[in-house]
Amino acid sequence: RWRLFSDLLYKHNFSEIIQRASKIFVSHSQITRLYSRFHSLDKGENGALSREDFQRIPELAINPLGDRIINAFFPEGEDQVNFRGFMRTLAHFRPVEDNEKNKDPSAGEPLNSRNNKLLFAFRLYDLDRDDKISRDELLQVLRMMVGVNISDEQLGSIADRTIQEADTNGDMCISFSEFIKVLEKVDVEQKMSIRFLH
Amino acid sequence: MLCFTWLLLPLLLLSAARQAPADLSATGQPGHALARSAEDHEDGGASHHGGGYKIVQWEWSYVQTPYIIAIWLLVASVAKILFHFSQRFTTVVPESCVLILLGLVLGAVVLIANKKQLYQLDPGLFFLFLLPTIVGDAGYFMPSRLFFDNLGAILMYAVVGTLWNAFCTGFCLYGVKLAGVIDDKVQAGLMEFLLFGALISAVDPVAVLAVFEEVHVNEMLFIIVFGESLLNDAVTVVLYKVYISFVEVGPGNVQTADYFKGVASFLVVSIGGTMVGLIFAVILAFITRFTKKVRIIEPLFIFLLVYLAYLTAELFSLSAILSMTFCGIGCNKYVEANISQKSRTTVKYTMKTLASIAETIIFIFLGISAVDKSKWAWDTGLIACTLIFIFVFRAMGVVGQTWILNKFRLVPLEKIDQVVMSYGGLRGAVAFALVVLLDGEQVKAKDYFVATTIVVVFFTVMFQGLTIKPLVKWLKVPRSTNRKPTINEEIHERAFDHILAAIEDIAGLNGYHHWRDKWEQFDKNYLSKLLLRKSVYHKSELWEAYQKINIRDAISVIDQGGNILTSARLSLPSMASRTSFPEVTNVTNYLRENGSGVCLDLQVIDTNPGAKVEEETETHHVLAGNLYKPRRRYQSHYSRHFMTVGDQERQEREVFQRNMRNRLESFKSTHYKRHKKDRSQKKARAQLHLSQLLLLLTSRVKPTNTQLRLGMTQAELVLKREGCSEENKGERSEPDKDEDVGITFVARKGSETPKERPKSVPAALEVCQSPSVAPPSPTCGEKNLPWKGGIGTLPPCVSVEATKIIPIDLQQAWNQSISSLESLASPPVPQEPQHPRVSALYRLSGPPRPPPPPPPVPGQFQFPGGKEEEEESALSQQQEPWLKKQPILSQLCTETKRNQHST
Repeated sequence: RWRLFSDLLYKHNFSEIIQRASKIFVSHSQITRLYSRFHSLDKGENGALSREDFQRIPELAINPLGDRIINAFFPEGEDQVNFRGFMRTLAHFRPVEDNEKNKDPSAGEPLNSRNNKLLFAFRLYDLDRDDKISRDELLQVLRMMVGVNISDEQLGSIADRTIQEADTNGDMCISFSEFIKVLEKVDVEQKMSIRFLH
Repeated sequence: MLCFTWLLLPLLLLSAARQAPADLSATGQPGHALARSAEDHEDGGASHHGGGYKIVQWEWSYVQTPYIIAIWLLVASVAKILFHFSQRFTTVVPESCVLILLGLVLGAVVLIANKKQLYQLDPGLFFLFLLPTIVGDAGYFMPSRLFFDNLGAILMYAVVGTLWNAFCTGFCLYGVKLAGVIDDKVQAGLMEFLLFGALISAVDPVAVLAVFEEVHVNEMLFIIVFGESLLNDAVTVVLYKVYISFVEVGPGNVQTADYFKGVASFLVVSIGGTMVGLIFAVILAFITRFTKKVRIIEPLFIFLLVYLAYLTAELFSLSAILSMTFCGIGCNKYVEANISQKSRTTVKYTMKTLASIAETIIFIFLGISAVDKSKWAWDTGLIACTLIFIFVFRAMGVVGQTWILNKFRLVPLEKIDQVVMSYGGLRGAVAFALVVLLDGEQVKAKDYFVATTIVVVFFTVMFQGLTIKPLVKWLKVPRSTNRKPTINEEIHERAFDHILAAIEDIAGLNGYHHWRDKWEQFDKNYLSKLLLRKSVYHKSELWEAYQKINIRDAISVIDQGGNILTSARLSLPSMASRTSFPEVTNVTNYLRENGSGVCLDLQVIDTNPGAKVEEETETHHVLAGNLYKPRRRYQSHYSRHFMTVGDQERQEREVFQRNMRNRLESFKSTHYKRHKKDRSQKKARAQLHLSQLLLLLTSRVKPTNTQLRLGMTQAELVLKREGCSEENKGERSEPDKDEDVGITFVARKGSETPKERPKSVPAALEVCQSPSVAPPSPTCGEKNLPWKGGIGTLPPCVSVEATKIIPIDLQQAWNQSISSLESLASPPVPQEPQHPRVSALYRLSGPPRPPPPPPPVPGQFQFPGGKEEEEESALSQQQEPWLKKQPILSQLCTETKRNQHST
């Protein structure tokens, strides 16, 4: 553990790590734990994860959205993610804590805020990053999530209904604000959170 | 009119009581009278038939017992009707309060008329008949996912919390007694007070259910309080018994060993009760496997065995409530899947009816029992102290335990939740029945305890029950909503689940979900196989969902005089397909256009949904049946009963195949971009390969060779056949699995080759898609992208775990992909058949399996680099024909796809 942690401090900028740590993950043990995970995923041993590193996780091969989620780890146009980026993505799923709710807004929105959690999910749909989920994009995700037993037609009408339900301005797309609106009754803070420390 | 009936009933009851005063006063309670009905029968018959012939005979003693019981039930039910007349009244006052008040009134009437209380809540009746109906209902319909998700908190509150309450209340009462606050007439020592503390400290399931059902707090809060009230039974039972034995032998004679015996007894009572329940659950599930021919008695089995679980636990003096609860939770999944829809409805309604009436009777009798001066002995000090102590210690206990629990919970329990939990610590009939059961000889202060218990129960049920609703409103506790999730929520929440599962896997976390997963594997592999019918085990959930929708739609159409509907129209239960069916061609459309609101689902009858709702319900069904379940976190309420277990496997296979293809897809495309200029060359090559392929295939798969001309769809088809034959070569494959064999093909079928539907799809479905030409629309994006080729991008090193997670019949593909990646990672070793790391993997993965196919040579990847030409030639010289096929085919597909796009 400690070897790993010092390793971590060696490889990455020390102050940056501490800064990150205080912002994203609270405890050192969380960081070390995730770093050791990062390390074990990093088969190339170059301090960064490639898509292949993620694809090697066997559970992701049977996750319908697995590859979309892998993509979410990579900033646009890059195919490497360093530890910082790795943590940054995971930080979306940190549970919202009490003292964060009433923190002053000047500090900027934390990554695990409701909006950022939703944005993460939204980005999974929005492949072309135009801040709209088009019918096609929705269909793609639906097709990933349903079995082969649903015909394209049925799926199409489901997608149509979904868009109709969410669409308020009549552009036949779901914008991010519409996405937030349609999920406003859902306890996103809870349903998009994971306990990182056991 | 009804008021009149209501007034009449007590009178009737009274007159009944007067007619046979001797008999009733002897028996005292209807419950006992029941046991003696047989004797009454004979006696009555003899005496009444003695005289000359009478035209009308008064046969009271003959019918007396059932008559009184029936009338009591009638009184209770009518009271409920009356109570629900006023909507505004109901929203303010909980039903239990009104019932207790009614009981008080009835009790007073009986008392005034008879000078003696004839009825009271008899512990025997309560524990043997009334309580099991309520607990059975609660256990059987327990939302198990929610329950087990919060099991830690529930157990903590149930065990630690109850112990804390019991000891603190007991000791403090004793202290107060020493201090002189409690009157000296209350002859009780430490043991008596501890005993009293034990019975008064347990939160009561009946009261909690009655009050919380009306408050509608959020599910998590409800399940914690309610679960606690059920599981604390073991603690209460043990404490009660231990203290009674201590009181009997006298506090001085208690030895240290007895305390340990108490602890041991707790373990035996709780674990034993749970085991009895689970054993009966298994028996019940197993029996319902074979009731196909006798559907009519299916519900009976359920009632009997669940009740027997309760009685058996009582028989061995184990915790009966625990036993019944776990029997219900355990059997629910299998039983619901095994029995018919009608039986399901029957079970549900009967259980609800019985539980509701039992609850009503309990509260009325609580009220009546209170009006009995002979059993009372009032002591203000004792009562006031008890009230204060139970409230204070409850609050302290909740806060303290929550503080500990919150360190381990994903969703911490907020202050508001703690307030509601403290305030919701209602005491009820269990405490009352226990205190009545006390032996007046042993416990001198029994009358005081009875009075105190009654006051405590009344106070918690009436005062707290009355005020908890405003409190919850005032504190803005998140309420549970009954609304059905919208389509958007349904889809997106399922996406959330997948996301979370993936993130957990990426972060390498193994916690609760890990064990859940283990349990589900076990359930899938052994339990479900044993306890589910074969037909259920293999049935497609989609078919089930469609059947339900179909039947419901058809009946609703007929219900509203839809006689104009031909059977052809009825054959389309599926989603409205607006584009291709402008006319009324299916029931749904028909319903929508007629604004139909009839729905067979009894639950929904009240709401009388419009056509839109109707349609949404359908979408809901379709989605519920077809959305992939997240591997670990899936929602329990997600029509779990219909989730046949084989589906998990099938799902994994489909997703796996799809993912693999997409990965290759993106791999190809990234590499492909660099080589756009090579396009024309490749085209030419592809032609060449096509002819090669044709040759190859015609020699092998005769029936399909004609299809090859038709483009990539058919090419894929051929590929599929080939996959089968490959599989057959390698190992004997089951016939019904043929469709799914091989990594490349199945997922495609649904999306692009509509005529090649899996056999499992109902015939009805065929109709709705036949007219669609399935144009190669861009809408299907990545899924429709063709299978382009060689198995690639997987990294060389895979944990041994992979072999456990990837479905067995896919492991070959997985290994293959690894090895091909291996070869990609180390390009300069083209001749090496197996990389050491790969073989190491095989060694690690345990039992020897058929030797993996030779890893694809690097030549499979023609795209990267400029070595293509050499690789091509190397490829054509390969000995193994099957190795060639994939790259060739893939390229063929690429070409075809491109052609499609360009046109």
